[in-house]
This record gives sequence, structure tokens and C-alpha cells, in this order.
Amino acid sequence: MKLFFFTFVSSNLRYYIQHLKRREDPRVSLEFVLAASITFILAILLPTIFLLTKNLGPNTKGNRAKNLAYESGVSKSFGDGQGKFNVKFYLVAIIFVLFDVEIIFLFPWAVNVRELGWFGIFEMFTFMFLLASGLIYIYKIKALKWQ
Amino acid sequence: MGEMAIVIETVIKAITVLAVVAGMAAFATYIERKVLAFMQRRLGPMHVGPHGILQLAADGIKLFTKEDIVPQNSIKPIFKIAPVIAPASAFTAMAAVPFFPEFTLFGYTVHPIIADINVGILFVMGVASVGMYAPLLAGMSSVNKWALLGAARTVIQLLSFEVVTGLSILAPLMMIGSLSLIDINDYQMGGVGSWLAWKQPLAFVLFMIAGFAETNRTPFDLIEVESEVVSGYATDYSGMRWGLFFVGEYANMITVSFLVSIIFLGGYNPIWFIPGGLAILLKISFFIFLFLWVRAAWPHVRPDQLMWLCWKVLMPLALLNILLTGIVLI
Repeated sequence: MKLFFFTFVSSNLRYYIQHLKRREDPRVSLEFVLAASITFILAILLPTIFLLTKNLGPNTKGNRAKNLAYESGVSKSFGDGQGKFNVKFYLVAIIFVLFDVEIIFLFPWAVNVRELGWFGIFEMFTFMFLLASGLIYIYKIKALKWQ
Repeated sequence: MGEMAIVIETVIKAITVLAVVAGMAAFATYIERKVLAFMQRRLGPMHVGPHGILQLAADGIKLFTKEDIVPQNSIKPIFKIAPVIAPASAFTAMAAVPFFPEFTLFGYTVHPIIADINVGILFVMGVASVGMYAPLLAGMSSVNKWALLGAARTVIQLLSFEVVTGLSILAPLMMIGSLSLIDINDYQMGGVGSWLAWKQPLAFVLFMIAGFAETNRTPFDLIEVESEVVSGYATDYSGMRWGLFFVGEYANMITVSFLVSIIFLGGYNPIWFIPGGLAILLKISFFIFLFLWVRAAWPHVRPDQLMWLCWKVLMPLALLNILLTGIVLI
């Protein structure tokens, strides 16, 4: 598994470097992919090193009381730590997906708004009007009303 | 050796950014304690070193060597991985942020940006929002009611304000016509008068409010309301695992400060006699101070008020701002 991962990474790296050498114009800028992956690897590495420093300190397995979940000192806790919670949280998450897709759709339009002119404005305002009416419907059914 | 030079340059830049940001995050904890103390007419940390400056080192040693406790009922692999996600996403998001103007070092021009991509702002927002998985996974894997409720609250808060961030940033982007942070910075080259904050005041205010919510800072720090959810998703975390959440939060604060300075306040363009590098440092110092100032001055809001604010006030305002900008631009 580890070997597979290593060959995967190294072959990809070789591919990127070859492209860099030829200075082609690929779909995604390979310099960017390289830079972002280097940053990502280092960003994973730094917290991992931070975590490993715990070996410097006392290294005990703890005891039964210490390893219990924090329940305000109640020894026999009531209910389950993975139990049910309010469905409103899911509802907000679903509404978020709807509007986030709208925003991603708006980004390319926002960059080209001057070239598209009135045509683009009318098209996008119609789209935004439909979503805004969805938002009003969400207000109406009180999906965002807490208690 | 041309391609090897690029790799080495990128590695050096990435290590520098990570080290500086981690250092700034650590130093910000000291500044935060001092500023909050002065605002409450206290002295803050005073005993370790002159004016308590070595408190940093003391806290660091304590945090690094602290015993690592993993609760017995938790889902252990996820519990252990979750805190790494927060700083990793915060640091990776910085790959597309231009920190300083170009400068020359030993006859070699340095571009202080790790990856100069033309959709920089999308990259920063996308990668930074991956950090949402840290509280979600931490809360759900701790098998603890406080953690579960805290995680649910944190996630809906971050999700809701992500919509506001995206919508508020659209109006400035319509004026600039580019998603690259360098282009956004260059758009405001004509001194203080050309700052986007004057042309888009509503977007600026909305983005600041969303920034406070995305970094879980005080008016919206619902994740650590002690009287309600102990300390939220981090209830069962201790030692360095808890510290990583903290590093992630401060790194996000620094990223938001950089974004606000670059998009709305002229970025690293020189102001009058102040050179660009110093100008952006002053701006982000001001924003970090503002984060602390607001923490000292404001109580936090209730969760239902937060949802009301996001979906019924800020979001319609952001949509309205886009409509107005579109009509004015054409």
C-alpha cells in the first residue's frame, strides 16, 4: 500500500515536472498543482510533528476515571453520546447546499458581467429571482425559525 | 535544473509561510491575553519574563509535553485525525494568498505567493471551508453529548456564513472582473481613494461580519459557550490535540485579515510614504486587534439570533448589493 502510494506520488511528480520543462499550456496550471500539493504535504506534516511531541512528556495509559467522556461528573450518564438531535440542523445544511451551488454558478458570471451586458444581467437576475422566491418559501414554512 | 529550482523555491516559500504563521498564531495568544487584560483594567500575564513575554514559551512547553488522553468510548482513528484537519486546511489555504509586494533578494526577484493561480480567491475559500470537517468529525467521534451539540452548532454556523461570504464577495469581483488576488490588489493601486471599501461599503461590512463568524470569534463564538455546551466539539480534547484546533483558529484569523486587507483596503500597495510591505502589516495588525477589541466589547449572540442574522438580514442584503452593483455597472 505504502509502495503503491509512493509510486503514485512520484509518477505524478515526474509528469508535472516534464510538463514544466516543455512549458505547455495545460488545462490546470501544473506549477500551481505542484505548489499546492507541496504546501498541503507540509501543512499535514507540521501538525503531525506537533502531535508527536507528546512523547516528551509523561506517557501513561491513564486510568478508568480519566478516560471517561466528560459528562459533568455524572457517573452514570443519561442518554447516548451519538443520539438524535434536532432535525433543523440537517435542514440548514440542505438549504446551504442549494445556495452554495447558486454562488458557484454566480462566480463566472460576476467575472464576465461587463462583457455579457444587459443580456447577462437579465438572465442572472431571473435565476436569482427564482432562488430568492425559494428563500421566501423557506421563510414561509418557518424552516429557519428556532423554537 | 530549471524545474528543480521551482520545486526548491516553492518548498522554501511554503516552509517560511508555515513557520511565520505558526509563530504569529502563538504570539497572537499572548497579544490576546494582554489586550483583553488592558481593556478590563488588569495587567494580564506578568510573572514569566519581562511583561510576561516568556509566557508564550511556558505555555508552549506545557502544551507540547502534556499527556495525551483519548476517551475510551470515542471512535479512536477519527478522534485522532480530526484536529490535524483544522491547521492543515488553514495553512493550505494560504498557498494562494499574496502576502507582500515583490522584492529582490540577492539579485533574485521573489514573488511572495506560493501558487500564483488565476482563481486565487476561489481556492482560498474552498480550501479554508474544508476546515469545517475538523469540528464535525471531532464532535461526532468524541461520543459525548456536549461535543455532539457543539459540533452541530459549529457546522450550521460555518455553513450559513459561507453563503454570506460568497455572496458579499461577488459584488467587488463584478467590478474587478478577475478572481486573482494579485489582480484585485492591482485594481486598487491609486492610493487610499481607490480602495474598494469606499465603492463597496456594504460588501465590506458583510464580509467582515461573515469573517468573524467563519473564524468563530466573539459575537458568534457559540461553540464555546461554557454555560451551554462546555467547550463544544473540543470538550474531550486536551493537550496538543486541543492546541491544534487553536492554531487552526488563529491561522484562519490571519487569513481573513489578509483577505480583507487585500480585497477591500488596498492590499500591499504603498500609501503615501509608507512602503507596501509595511502597509499590509499595519492593516492585518489592525484587523487582529479588531478581533480582540470586539471580543472585549461585545457579548455573544444566541444561536437563533445568529440564524436570523444570517438568513434574514445579511443574505438579502448581499443579494441586494449584487443587484445594485450589476445595474450600476452596466
